[in-house]
Amino acid sequence: MSRRVAIIGGVGWYGFRPVVEEASFREMMFEAATRAYEDAGGLNPRTDVDAFASCQEDFWEGIAIADEFAPEPIGGTLKPVFTTPGDGLQCVANAYMMIKTGQFDIVAVESHAKPSDIINMHDVMLFAMDPITIRAINTPNYHALAALEAQAYMTRYNVPREALAYVVVKNKRNALYNDKASYGANLTIDEVLNSPYAVSPLTKLDIAPFVDAAVVVVLASEDVARRYTDTPPVWVDGIHWITEDPSLEFHNWEFPVHAMRAAEAAYKMAGIQDPIKELHFAEVDARYSFKELQFIEALKLAPIGEAHKLLLEGAFDRDGLFPVNPSGGALGEGVPLEVHGLARLVNAVLQLRGGEAGRMQLSKAEKAVVHSWRGVPTTTSVVAVLSR
Amino acid sequence: MSRNIYVKHRPAVIGAGLTLFRRRMLETPKELAWIAAKQALDEAGLTLKDIDCVVIGSAPDTFDGVHMKGEYLADGGAGGVGKPTMRVFVGGATGVMVPIAAWWHVASGHCKTVLAVAEEKMSDADIPHPQAVFRYIWDPVTEVPLQPNLIWIFAMEMHRYMYKCGVKKEDIALVSVKNKRNALDHPAAQVAANITVDDVLKSEVLVWPVQLLDISPVSDGAAAFVVASEDVARRQTDTPVWIDGVGWALDTTSWTNRDLAFPPEYANVAAQMAYRMAGITNPRKEIDVAEVYDPFDYKELHHMEGLGLAKKCEAPKLTKEGVTQRMVTYQ
Repeated sequence: MSRRVAIIGGVGWYGFRPVVEEASFREMMFEAATRAYEDAGGLNPRTDVDAFASCQEDFWEGIAIADEFAPEPIGGTLKPVFTTPGDGLQCVANAYMMIKTGQFDIVAVESHAKPSDIINMHDVMLFAMDPITIRAINTPNYHALAALEAQAYMTRYNVPREALAYVVVKNKRNALYNDKASYGANLTIDEVLNSPYAVSPLTKLDIAPFVDAAVVVVLASEDVARRYTDTPPVWVDGIHWITEDPSLEFHNWEFPVHAMRAAEAAYKMAGIQDPIKELHFAEVDARYSFKELQFIEALKLAPIGEAHKLLLEGAFDRDGLFPVNPSGGALGEGVPLEVHGLARLVNAVLQLRGGEAGRMQLSKAEKAVVHSWRGVPTTTSVVAVLSR
Repeated sequence: MSRNIYVKHRPAVIGAGLTLFRRRMLETPKELAWIAAKQALDEAGLTLKDIDCVVIGSAPDTFDGVHMKGEYLADGGAGGVGKPTMRVFVGGATGVMVPIAAWWHVASGHCKTVLAVAEEKMSDADIPHPQAVFRYIWDPVTEVPLQPNLIWIFAMEMHRYMYKCGVKKEDIALVSVKNKRNALDHPAAQVAANITVDDVLKSEVLVWPVQLLDISPVSDGAAAFVVASEDVARRQTDTPVWIDGVGWALDTTSWTNRDLAFPPEYANVAAQMAYRMAGITNPRKEIDVAEVYDPFDYKELHHMEGLGLAKKCEAPKLTKEGVTQRMVTYQ
């Protein structure tokens, strides 16, 4: 019963704008779902989809028991629907396992975010910290936690600030090729270096802004996928997730071990021995510029502590040896809270289908690795290996 | 949906743990989770090192007052450190979604051993009462301005059920009497008592027809178990408890549009899914014992009918006849 799991055509997205004014979060979900089902060959969610997974967090929604709002917009009323309060890719992992059991043929995955509705983001983030040990410190800016990690990483591996700035410049420039991205820009390294610090060593440009977005993805077993879609499906070859240690006191400040462990397991599932040779590009979390470097290393696309050297040589440019975030990543597209992982996935799927990524299409895109992290103060990463 | 009732990696429960259920436990949510987790591991004869994956269940983050509660509980609390950790959340049904998620972690072959932990510390949301959390469960545009209270929905549903089925409060109170008496023999139970139907009928009216003894209390606690694939289960224990079928369903968010009286459709859909997977065709004959969700006493009756353990409006009668009593064998 080792049936392969595919993303059948079905990807649908809505928003990716700083403020989606014309639609509520439920309308955004509906739009994304309709597009995904259409894209999957005209699925009827009421009859064709066996289960639905929704990724959202109560505090982001401003609703307690927000999971109860999941079924309707995606066609899941009175069907098996559940919520995972986690990154969208964790829902993909659930869907993957559900299909592997043999009891489900088609599972729809949904995630949505409307950070523009959140007026007290800082307070919400304080609530994400341990109520006894960390929240009491009342960090004036929660990005400070990331800044401390950046400082630790840069000191440990002699990473110059120019490398961080290069990530910003590269990703914002890549975003100019991405139809969805709201934060594309043509910047220079000096412009980034000379912009004022938000939290040293990170400038405002080093920190990805928020966007409103909804994404729905349809996964199916191999036999069913072939029935629904003419376009070659994109396969999920491996997926794994790790929560390292969210207690800030104990987690590794210098390096995201969670991403490395998740990548090792996902590569093993996919039979990948040498990722940089066997894969063609990566979509990784870069909600802070330095995180892209860390995750490149964690995903074994560069030796630990060496990513900045390769980066500055242009290896990870969109026309480089191994494009990383050809979509512009979070710095170019924004962070849609828990949708972030699905945003990375959608961009990878469009690339892998060949010719569907529009102006951001890479010349060679047959196998990719996709990664997402849940942001500070979490230590959860998900890594998926996709192929055409 | 496939009707294949065989999964390759057959999941079994091989250890379980439960904390005391009390209001205002002194332990932190993490500690509660760990107390239950440790018991489950001990019973399974495993340590954290032997656990491949962790599944966490917890309902509104506002109860514990922690955003991203899954991350918070993962560390140490549920033993998730450095492990694949997944939280699931389906409102009040979260506790049963946890074994379901653990089931697919194992049945898919992705993990061989799963530590599944559910935790809730309601009393932390204490200003002015944990019920306050339920002010935020409504549709922000159409319902929140009416400042509804959670008990309202249940009161309406109970009323409707009583009207449609011609059930009296006395019949429903029997559920409370039975369950509180059963709890006298349960070491973790919070509100075990030897009460009479009269006590229920004389208790404080909260929202008519819901009275104080019709309703479950604010509670803190955690439960955990270890789910393993068949080969591990056979190695660790002679008495594995197999998970034969799972099912779940969510009804519409617009609760006002639901048929409130009749066998709750969501329970029916979920049960049919689980029965089909387990190959159960006649639940009343084939099922020996049921633990059904009874946040309110009438809900046990309601859910029995939804699960096909009683016909429409028949559950009060079965209860009255003593069919659902612990000591009586149901034929």
